[in-house]
Amino acid sequence: MSRVRVFIPQDAAALAVGAGQVVARIRAEALTRGLDIEIVRNGSRGMLWLEPLVEVELPQGRVGYGPMTAAEIPSLFDAGFLQGGSHPRGIGLVADHPWLTCQQRLTFARCGLTAPLSLDDYRAHGGLAGLAKALQMAPAAIIEEVTRSGLRGRGGAGFPTGIKWRTAAQTEADQRYIVCNADEGDSGTFADRMIMEGDPYLLIEGMVIAGLAVGATKGFVYIRSEYPHAFKTFVEAIRIAEAAGILGDDILGSGRVFHLEARLGAGAYICGEETSLLDSLEGKRGTVRKKPPLPAIQGLFGRPTIINNVLSLTAVPTILAMGGDFYQEFGMGRSRGTMPIQLAGNIKHGGLIERAFGLTLGELVEDLGGGTRTGRPIRAVQVGGPLGAYWPTSLFDTPFDYEAFAARGGMIGHGGIVVFDDTVDLAKQARFALEFCAIESCGKCTPCRIGSTRGVEVMDRILAGQDVVHQINLLQDLAEVMRDGSLCALGGLTPMPVMSALTHFPEDFDRAQSAQAAE
Amino acid sequence: MLVQERYREFDPAEVRAVAMELKGLEGPLLPILHALVDRFGHVDRRAVPIVAEVLNLSRADVHGVVTFYHDFRQEPAGRHVIKLCQAEACQSMGSDRVLAALETALGIRMGETSPDGRVTLEPVYCLGLCASAPSAMLDGELHARLDPVNVLALAQEVAA
Repeated sequence: MSRVRVFIPQDAAALAVGAGQVVARIRAEALTRGLDIEIVRNGSRGMLWLEPLVEVELPQGRVGYGPMTAAEIPSLFDAGFLQGGSHPRGIGLVADHPWLTCQQRLTFARCGLTAPLSLDDYRAHGGLAGLAKALQMAPAAIIEEVTRSGLRGRGGAGFPTGIKWRTAAQTEADQRYIVCNADEGDSGTFADRMIMEGDPYLLIEGMVIAGLAVGATKGFVYIRSEYPHAFKTFVEAIRIAEAAGILGDDILGSGRVFHLEARLGAGAYICGEETSLLDSLEGKRGTVRKKPPLPAIQGLFGRPTIINNVLSLTAVPTILAMGGDFYQEFGMGRSRGTMPIQLAGNIKHGGLIERAFGLTLGELVEDLGGGTRTGRPIRAVQVGGPLGAYWPTSLFDTPFDYEAFAARGGMIGHGGIVVFDDTVDLAKQARFALEFCAIESCGKCTPCRIGSTRGVEVMDRILAGQDVVHQINLLQDLAEVMRDGSLCALGGLTPMPVMSALTHFPEDFDRAQSAQAAE
Repeated sequence: MLVQERYREFDPAEVRAVAMELKGLEGPLLPILHALVDRFGHVDRRAVPIVAEVLNLSRADVHGVVTFYHDFRQEPAGRHVIKLCQAEACQSMGSDRVLAALETALGIRMGETSPDGRVTLEPVYCLGLCASAPSAMLDGELHARLDPVNVLALAQEVAA
């Protein structure tokens, strides 16, 4: 019998539910049974409820089994899984799974298919095609291609990427920098982590292209310290890419230069804000800078700096390889291209879905996500991280689109959706939003530093049923001051989860009535 | 293996060597502080003037950075560190009940170190395991799909 290839992810979400033990057990069992197998540690397919997902490569394609536990591995061998035998955990041909067939994967096209650090795999699956094209193009033409794609910042702000690049390219300087914001601190998001662990060369390729476009020879990736696996994989990917001439003083023999360094964050949420991140990279406290000047004009060490999110930079190789027109044909309105959406929290089928913009919230969490994991009714979803709005099910017809979300008082942010069942208390969630802001505020501006703490106090009185009507007025006033007077999005957007909770779930704030009813 | 056995005793010469080795980086302070935590388990207050001198910064500058970031602890942690995620996705799956069970089993509250120095319990705001909530990290190892019962395995692990 020829050597069969078995795939088990080394994505952190698979490791956290026992992928390491599953691998050890499969190795041991194969040895005992005298079977010759090759284990490949791939990235995750993004079907996280099925992790650890074991896949076997067969002539008809890859057949999957999941979620597996180490204890179940002998039964998998008994069922003849190496020949695709049937087992209660079997999901058939993985590529035919409805979760994957309904997607339009451009950025995540390779993630889960390949061994993340194999450059051969990367090349065999279309990697480096975008860079090869970019090396043949004038810098202005690269920027034009990115502008034409309609790509907007995937970190949450939605600023047109091409315009940011043009600004940096047109600013006179002796050095320019490319900085990747990989400080993915929003709860409910994990797309940056998955792509850095599952397809790290894609980010390297995107950053080299950005460097060619704006004339930068140095880049930094700022990865949060809560992601040690992503950091380790990425550092190794940089080392291999340098040895292969994808990074360094002679990119793919072109004579062009680009050096890349991975830097570790230090547990401060605020460093996901771009100017705080720049200060942190410079070795300072991560406090927010006032804008202007824009980082594209005066950024890292005072030089013109492109600071883009992981998902923006990883969209770039596809845009270069296939053309800006190809990319912008996906999507709706002014939201062009695809968005990696992350279904999280209390959800039956949680994971990553990359689709063109435009699916409704209801289609995402009910049809694709299958409702709650607890089996109870959905009451609220929070979209866009801790600073995003809480949505009631009555707004589930809202299409996933920057403008449609903004029109209804929310934002898509980094594409994370956290589902809550009917046991959630939205007044407590509002309190948490303010408490989180108080913990993570950089302290530079008063509305955020003081407002968040005062907000927690107001919420405590509301939760205790004290003087509720007056306290709610106070909360609304405070929210307005924070929204309009804060220096950055942390203080400016903390009112979003608070006020959306109050607007859509007022009954949870009406503690006086419930206190009276109890008497 | 107990975690603390990895860590070395404070040594001014070693602090200086770490700082000298990394000072050539653009923006070297965070990498230096991370290296000190990796080596000594925390940033000892006696390290601050040494780092300041090597980088030609004021002590206040270095102290300000050390105290800004959650990662740069100034006191040694317990021999084991459990970081339990307290962010929204984990909240939606009952991380409060997981925390209560863990606090009872360990006999300490969130943010505390046990009196015998065995374990520190800390909050973390998101490990990026939001589709497999609630999650935790024990000495760098990830654990997900926790509940009030299976989390007791973590308590047993640090008791062993």
